[in-house]
Amino acid sequence: MQPHKLKQNHRIIGASILVTVSFILNKTLGYTWLTIMVMAASTLIAGIPIFVNAVRAIRYWIVGIDALVTIAVIGAWFIGEYWEAAAVTYLFMIGNYLESRTIERTKSAIQALLKLAPDTATVRRSGKEVTINPEEVLPGELVIVKPGEKISIDGTIVEGSAYINQSAITGESLSVHKAASDTVYSGTIIESGYLLIRADKVGEDTTFAKILELVEEAQDKKARTQKFLEKFSRYYTPLVILLAVVLFAVTRDIVMALTLLVIACPGALVISAPVSIVAGIGNGARQGVLFKGGEMLEKFSSVKMVAFDKTGTLTRGKPEVTRILTYGMPKEELLKIVAVGEAYSEHPLARAILSYADKELGRFDEKPTEVSYIPGQGISFIFEDKLVLVGNRKLLASRNIQLDVCESDLAEEELLGQTTVIIGHEQRVLGMISIADPVRKEAKQVIQRLKSSGIQRVVMLTGDNPRAAKAISDQLGIDETYSELLPQDKVRILKELQNKYGSVAMVGDGVNDAPALAAADLGIAIGGTGSDIAMETGDVVLLSGNVSGLAYGLDLSRATVRNMKQNISFAILVAILLLGGVLVKSVNLSYGMLIHEVSVLLVVLNAIRLRGFNTSLEEIK
Amino acid sequence: MTTKLYQLKTFSCPSCIAKIEKMLMKTKGIRSAEVLFNSSRVRVSFEEKEVGSQEIKNLIEKLGYQVIGEK
Repeated sequence: MQPHKLKQNHRIIGASILVTVSFILNKTLGYTWLTIMVMAASTLIAGIPIFVNAVRAIRYWIVGIDALVTIAVIGAWFIGEYWEAAAVTYLFMIGNYLESRTIERTKSAIQALLKLAPDTATVRRSGKEVTINPEEVLPGELVIVKPGEKISIDGTIVEGSAYINQSAITGESLSVHKAASDTVYSGTIIESGYLLIRADKVGEDTTFAKILELVEEAQDKKARTQKFLEKFSRYYTPLVILLAVVLFAVTRDIVMALTLLVIACPGALVISAPVSIVAGIGNGARQGVLFKGGEMLEKFSSVKMVAFDKTGTLTRGKPEVTRILTYGMPKEELLKIVAVGEAYSEHPLARAILSYADKELGRFDEKPTEVSYIPGQGISFIFEDKLVLVGNRKLLASRNIQLDVCESDLAEEELLGQTTVIIGHEQRVLGMISIADPVRKEAKQVIQRLKSSGIQRVVMLTGDNPRAAKAISDQLGIDETYSELLPQDKVRILKELQNKYGSVAMVGDGVNDAPALAAADLGIAIGGTGSDIAMETGDVVLLSGNVSGLAYGLDLSRATVRNMKQNISFAILVAILLLGGVLVKSVNLSYGMLIHEVSVLLVVLNAIRLRGFNTSLEEIK
Repeated sequence: MTTKLYQLKTFSCPSCIAKIEKMLMKTKGIRSAEVLFNSSRVRVSFEEKEVGSQEIKNLIEKLGYQVIGEK
């Protein structure tokens, strides 16, 4: 590769010197044999790769831009326009060089992501530490990672603890602390600490590798605008060739016909949409918002209404103890009594209480006796020779325990949408514990941002009961709430909303709302670390694992579509001006080429601006 | 039938690379060829009995595009 690059640089330098010399000679001496010789040398140095490419393509009966330029150069020589020939080849060469260099920059965000891929892994094999290629790590092997190093596999921490920067996967730059039995991901970096990790997934199976593959694929899933432009250009080039032939036949003006050929490649137009899209997708991927293609950017930008799933999307999806109330005893004591009784229960509410007790009280060894489960009501057990009841109103009523003492507190909690378990002991109420699936802390702000960005309506679709749904929708400022829905009901309601409001985006965690995600105009899945289903089902995936990227995604999609439209209108304007300019003879061969190349560069440079787009991201986080 | 992805160096003119597609489609044994402009890749489906992967690589390179990887 190196000698090839060197050769290209030499060619550019050589051609630049020769074309400058010939320009000066032309101005001072005019067309002399020396001037023509220098121009010929310049044309050959810059033009040989073009001519070679033209011949290669023509062998397959394909007429590309190289062939058009070659015909134009030969034509120019034929009619004695030696300077034009030198200028056109030079501009074409330099233009192509600059284009490929700048196009690379639109992809720099994606390239930066690729660079995050781990390149080595240190594993413990038969007692020794060996450094190998990450692809060669076998599942189950122990991998050692030290500060500043990249984790090369998806795995479980066996030993050690560390602060880990997970931005490669989540887009979140704040480091997280992880210790034994936590899951860690390939592509993330240990900032401080030391880890011994058991490899679960390696190579292409890792979350990071899957994200990379999706981003690579996304770049070439074409936007509607792009497909249209490609169709257009398929007819445009032959049309211009035909026009050149007709023009020559009618006017006998070979210079004009040749000029038309040179400007025939609608470079700026064809490239206008893809460069914006690549830059937009790259920017999103770096910030944890994965667009699965150009079309998704277009769709997101025109969304009128956003529907949310509740559990796991607006809430964390895991019930937690939110409040403990006692009537005449310390909270710790009540918690302990309940935890002892619930220790063997598999009920989700029991698990919430146990994990809370685990945090607050630590270990305890007491055991209940005569534990019995009353379906739909709760449990009863004997602890320290007394009967304890843990459950709902029905359970306590069935044992004739009066609820007077806690009635007003209970009503208050219910109004907030909390699930409350009451603890009865002998003949009285000891207290109650409220459990709820807490709202994600960023949810409210994101919903407000969506509304201020012009989203007309924010809707919640949930399988949960109306009371819990209403409590959350009031808290978050949601416009419409539909509760007690089955997955197919969600699909039906989405259809109705689509008819009413237009384009609808559905946001969900992808587990039980896959049909709804597919039914919406745009399915946005909460994904990222360890959530393969979400990554597969969403059109857009929020890699951060929460909804914070939603407003950013909307803003970015709009900025990208705006950028694309700027590029397309500019490119069309240039094409019209060039065509008009050639027909009224104010654009000659080399000018045509210059304007053509400059317009392509401007379009690419405009797209590069998208790399810097990051408004209001920090504000949301 | 086998499908392979060939990674090329960054493309510059999108309308010109259409010739890679056309050339491949004219090659015996190739069922489909798609140039992925943005990621500078070519996806080719072909019958291994009729045409080899190395041969496809050579054809692309003969057209003037360096193949820097395949998978």
